[in-house]
Amino acid sequence: MSEMSDDDFLSGGSEEDFNDESMDSDFEEEDGTQYLDDKDDRPQKKAYEVDYSVLSEEQIEKAQSDMIDEVHIILDLTPENAAMLLRHFKWNKERLIEQYMDSSQRVLEYAGIDLSGSNKLEVKKVPGFMCDICCEDDDDLETIALRCNHRYCTNCYQQYLFYKIREEGEAIMIQCLNHKCKVLVDPSTIERLCTPEILHRYHELLNRTYVQDKQNLRWCPAPNCENVIDCGVTPNQLQEIVPTVMCSCGHHFCFGCGSNDHQPCPCGLVRKWLKKCEDDSETANWISANTKECPKCQSTIEKNGGCNHMTCRKCKHEFCWVCMGPWNEHGTSWYNCNRYEEKSGVDARDIQAKSRASLERYLHYYNRYANHEQSGKLDKDLYIKTEKKMTMLQSASGMSWIEVQYLDAASKVLQQCRQTLKWTYAFAFYLQRNHLTTIFEDNQKDLEMAVEGLSELFEKPTDQLANIKVEMMDKTAYVSNRRVILLDTTAKGLQDGTWEFTVEF
Amino acid sequence: MFATKRLQKELHNIQKPLPPGISIASTPDFSNWKMDIQVLDNNPLYADKIYRLNFKFSQAYPIEAPEVTFIKEDGRDIPMHPHIYSNGVICLDLLGSNWSPVQNVESVCMSIQSMLTSNTKNERPPGDDAFVRSGYRSPRNINFVYDDNTV
Repeated sequence: MSEMSDDDFLSGGSEEDFNDESMDSDFEEEDGTQYLDDKDDRPQKKAYEVDYSVLSEEQIEKAQSDMIDEVHIILDLTPENAAMLLRHFKWNKERLIEQYMDSSQRVLEYAGIDLSGSNKLEVKKVPGFMCDICCEDDDDLETIALRCNHRYCTNCYQQYLFYKIREEGEAIMIQCLNHKCKVLVDPSTIERLCTPEILHRYHELLNRTYVQDKQNLRWCPAPNCENVIDCGVTPNQLQEIVPTVMCSCGHHFCFGCGSNDHQPCPCGLVRKWLKKCEDDSETANWISANTKECPKCQSTIEKNGGCNHMTCRKCKHEFCWVCMGPWNEHGTSWYNCNRYEEKSGVDARDIQAKSRASLERYLHYYNRYANHEQSGKLDKDLYIKTEKKMTMLQSASGMSWIEVQYLDAASKVLQQCRQTLKWTYAFAFYLQRNHLTTIFEDNQKDLEMAVEGLSELFEKPTDQLANIKVEMMDKTAYVSNRRVILLDTTAKGLQDGTWEFTVEF
Repeated sequence: MFATKRLQKELHNIQKPLPPGISIASTPDFSNWKMDIQVLDNNPLYADKIYRLNFKFSQAYPIEAPEVTFIKEDGRDIPMHPHIYSNGVICLDLLGSNWSPVQNVESVCMSIQSMLTSNTKNERPPGDDAFVRSGYRSPRNINFVYDDNTV
């Protein structure tokens, strides 16, 4: 994930799979209540905030070695074997200990580990030996065999490990070179044979699998950021909470799906919405709302003017655009279809009206969503613009750098609110019409108006900016407060399950 | 250099008599060899036919598996088989996830030979048309699902 390209990151697209089999599903409810009640230390915590911590790479490594230490003492194993077992059990300590107590032999065999001590690696020179891989047979050839006694030369082993780690990105399942031999190459052998550069990669891969295996961990998706977020929200809770976190690198993102901050819209709705916007179902919708098919040859026809007497270009069939019946049944009442009550005509009109209404509804939300998205994309420009404005204001008004910080604050709040507003439209699109929805839309409107007001102030020419400093700071605080209210009520509704949606997610 | 030494040795070894039904077509250099194989019993699908295998070796051979495909050349055809696409790509775990550096050209030929011998179905893999049209030439880019152990 840390290798995500810049583009991916900005577009916020994510194909994360939420349906990972949850290993400790038994504990979920406990986790959930714990996390909801656990706000004593932070009395100000809002309903939309979640508890999380940002971990550095060192902390991740430490967490692993702590768990290894614990297991190797409990199970009386070497730390190395304990580590291999833990990795094999995807760091599920409880399950490992339970199964190991049950049948240590089976667990060891299953994980490809041998305890007899014969896996102590020996580099040997064997006279008359020929390496099956490179076909070298010099007498002073250095050779290695794991406990399975499949012996190859050191050089081939190094090449093999290089290939596995470098090219295949494999770290925990590197097996003996022999065909179908399941014995694992143990970490100490890898440490011994690989160059520092490869070892660095090896440790990176080990950390990566650790983070992937642990459900409460996720890499920060920002480019070049190597931090990990630790958060207790499980995939099953994503219907009730939008776990938005902020990495110490400054990136806001959703812990549930890894995409950019999409509060207040839950991950499931985000996926549905993005899919809807991406696929051409709406093109199809437009076609059905704005065109009809020739009743005879089914060619698609868009009427862009003229009278109701249609002649199909393709099959020359003549029909009435209003009732879709053949034109010759219209008798002499040209240009005025009086066959309105005909059933087939009514049905056709109903369907068309419905799909037109649904298209209009979608476009209403989409246009507003797209508008805020567009503003969000200008993020980078805005930052530069703000900085320039601040410098200009400084020289024009004689204010200090610190004194012009209110512009930066306003710009940040604007960005944040646009991001939130954007997703309120996706959220609202899926809401049933009821009084809660009306309240939501009122809140949305308040925020929208406050944002526009602030935005207007922000765009004022530099010479006026100094005079409106207080007004701007007030507005900034107000806007930011409106956002908090909107998010808080939405999040509470999600937790209590009071929202009614038009779809399942 | 790594691959070359090993291939020199393999080349030396296959100058000695090869298992019946397997012969060298050409070994111009150490990156590309061609081998001919034929099925020895009287399986009606392959009787009296000779097929040509194209081996491509990378510098990482034998750590990395060679690319092995059937090719149409000198009147040779692509054999009918539910795991062989009509463009010659072979779906065989040995050449992908189950490759081991201990395998060699001879053992690969033998595996493919036995894959043909035991087959009775006169058919191509499902989705052959779409696969061939998609233009994949290198089996390395394909993630086969080796789900069928019956043939």
